[in-house]
Amino acid sequence: MLLLDILISGLVLGGMYALISMGLTLQYGVARIMNLAYGEFLVGAAFLAFWLYTAPGISPLAGLVLAVPLAFLANWAIYRWLLTPLVRRAKSRGQLEVDSILATFGLLFIVQGIALVIFGGQYYSYGYLSVPVTVLGTTLALNRLLAFVFAALIGVGLYIALTRTRTGTAIRAIAVNPTAASLVAIDVRTASAFAFALGGALVAVGGVLVSMFLTFNASMGVVFTMKALIVVIVGGVGNVMGALVVGLALGVIETAVTRLVDPGLTLAVTYALFMIVLLVRPQGLFGSALR
Amino acid sequence: MLRMSLSRLALVAAVSALVGQIGLAQAQDKIRIGYAISKTGPFAGGAGVTTLPNYQLWVKDVNAAGGISVGGKKLQIEIVEYDDRSNSEEAVKAIERLGTQDKVDIILPPWGTGLNLAVGPTLNRLGYPHLAVTAATDRAPEMAKRWPNSFWFLGPSKAGAAALSEVLGKLKSENKIGAKVAMISVADAFGIELATAARAAFKSAGLELALDKTYPIGTQDMQALLKDAMATGADAFVAFSYPPDTIAITDAARILNYNPRVYYTAVGTAFPVFKGKFGASAEGVMGVGGWNVDSPALQAYFKRHTEVIGREPDRWASPVTYVSLQMLQQAIERVGKIDHAAIIKELQTGTFDTIMGKIKLADNIMPVVWWVGQWQKGEFVGLAPTSYEGAKSPLFPKPEWAK
Repeated sequence: MLLLDILISGLVLGGMYALISMGLTLQYGVARIMNLAYGEFLVGAAFLAFWLYTAPGISPLAGLVLAVPLAFLANWAIYRWLLTPLVRRAKSRGQLEVDSILATFGLLFIVQGIALVIFGGQYYSYGYLSVPVTVLGTTLALNRLLAFVFAALIGVGLYIALTRTRTGTAIRAIAVNPTAASLVAIDVRTASAFAFALGGALVAVGGVLVSMFLTFNASMGVVFTMKALIVVIVGGVGNVMGALVVGLALGVIETAVTRLVDPGLTLAVTYALFMIVLLVRPQGLFGSALR
Repeated sequence: MLRMSLSRLALVAAVSALVGQIGLAQAQDKIRIGYAISKTGPFAGGAGVTTLPNYQLWVKDVNAAGGISVGGKKLQIEIVEYDDRSNSEEAVKAIERLGTQDKVDIILPPWGTGLNLAVGPTLNRLGYPHLAVTAATDRAPEMAKRWPNSFWFLGPSKAGAAALSEVLGKLKSENKIGAKVAMISVADAFGIELATAARAAFKSAGLELALDKTYPIGTQDMQALLKDAMATGADAFVAFSYPPDTIAITDAARILNYNPRVYYTAVGTAFPVFKGKFGASAEGVMGVGGWNVDSPALQAYFKRHTEVIGREPDRWASPVTYVSLQMLQQAIERVGKIDHAAIIKELQTGTFDTIMGKIKLADNIMPVVWWVGQWQKGEFVGLAPTSYEGAKSPLFPKPEWAK
């Protein structure tokens, strides 16, 4: 069954795309920080997982217990001390975006530089749970399947949290209109910091999980930032469900193009879709606000 | 807006790089060697495996032995290093700076075919010898003619395709494999050149391509392509791939239990990370590179590299890089002064004693380039060209992937 095979392999690939994109959608959509150092944090988490796995022999899944809180705190601190001054002085959303791009562009080099000093420029790769599993006749790598499961759980979980809880509603309110949100007694600054830190924690989950099957090095962050940016923009900035659905769809489309048309065209198709969405629906497929 | 800020940041970076230069001692008892290398950006992976460690190892080796003898005096090497950020404009600017502002005695090349082609004209104009080590291009003979100061160490990719079809053609003539070959290639410089050369070379070796597909650089899921390769039923699988793809393809092949009788992936197969990741599964995998494992000089080099750098060298261009530096040192010592024209002349005509034996360049091109190697019992042995000293016969058929 070629079509079923494409669908399943595509969903698993798309799960990875969704996984690495959901953090950015929170950081960009809610905290309004266009974090150019996003991919660097992802690679940083991958290095942490690699180091834990090779030195003390801690499995990447156990490593999550360390990586996620660490990333949450680090991103909280970054927002609190590095980005809050920018938020304070920004007169408009546009200005904050430009300032945050500049600041995080600098951050990119700092994080990358630290990784280069510690790990050098060479490639790293290790295998964890790199064993075949068969789902409905399609052979998959267990580690990739796991990334998909995590993406789905996080996506659905966050969606429920954002739509069904008070804090979630507050976060959505900020994404729609921070000024109005503060008028109804929402602590915008704290909630934004929380959203940014939560996004950072999601990056760490993504980094740890993809390190189980992708080859990475200190200068590869931008690859992930670009992919995440496409998913986030197409899905609608700040929309977690949008990132999940678009990430999955992108995986299926890429796999279908590879199998049915030509693998050389996957990038072209991806960017063509990206452009069409920008032209026809600039706010993204799932609207501009969190739903 | 982003564009403007990017150029502003680039300016800041350039200024700080210049500031870093001030205060460098200009002592007479040193020989100053400069290079621009990709410490960041997409080429950092290759430069960090092959080029930079060998520069560091060589400088350490030479300085520990007292330095380079120039006119009866031993000069210690002093390094001036820039990051070209995997960007050809940056690389050219850095070379220009090294030659005209830092006025270093010798300039070492950047990593990769593209960057070496990019800095070629500048090095030619400045008159420095250009050791284009990690550059594999069919234009090497043409370039060597155009820039007589340039030396090409990985040969033309045509030779790579020829060596691979030599191995495959022999297996076919022995009726060990059928005529069908499944080939995939990365849609980027080296992959395109190799694939193009291979189409012709395979044909003349009586092989036919049952699959011939390219994939974009940075493709992260290889299963889909491999399923197409499996469907062809070809005995030989060939991927002209880059390091991350090489690992992703092999990982996917293992998961799918795709075990063709001949399995070849290109760049990265000879990297230590490949062996580190796949361990026993690497056995029987063929790839670009190889070395004469029986050579004591090379064995000693491997040991020293591992001790000094803290990891093994890659089994393709790493020893070649070290050889180029040994040749450079001997050329300088024979000339007896920093006279670029004379050093270039010596490199063109001299015979040099290196870890790969006696080497004499032919028309500025390195005569010994291993193109096909194979992991055999934890070592990446050279298979082809089969005429080379130390060439082994292939382990055939490729064993099952280790469980």
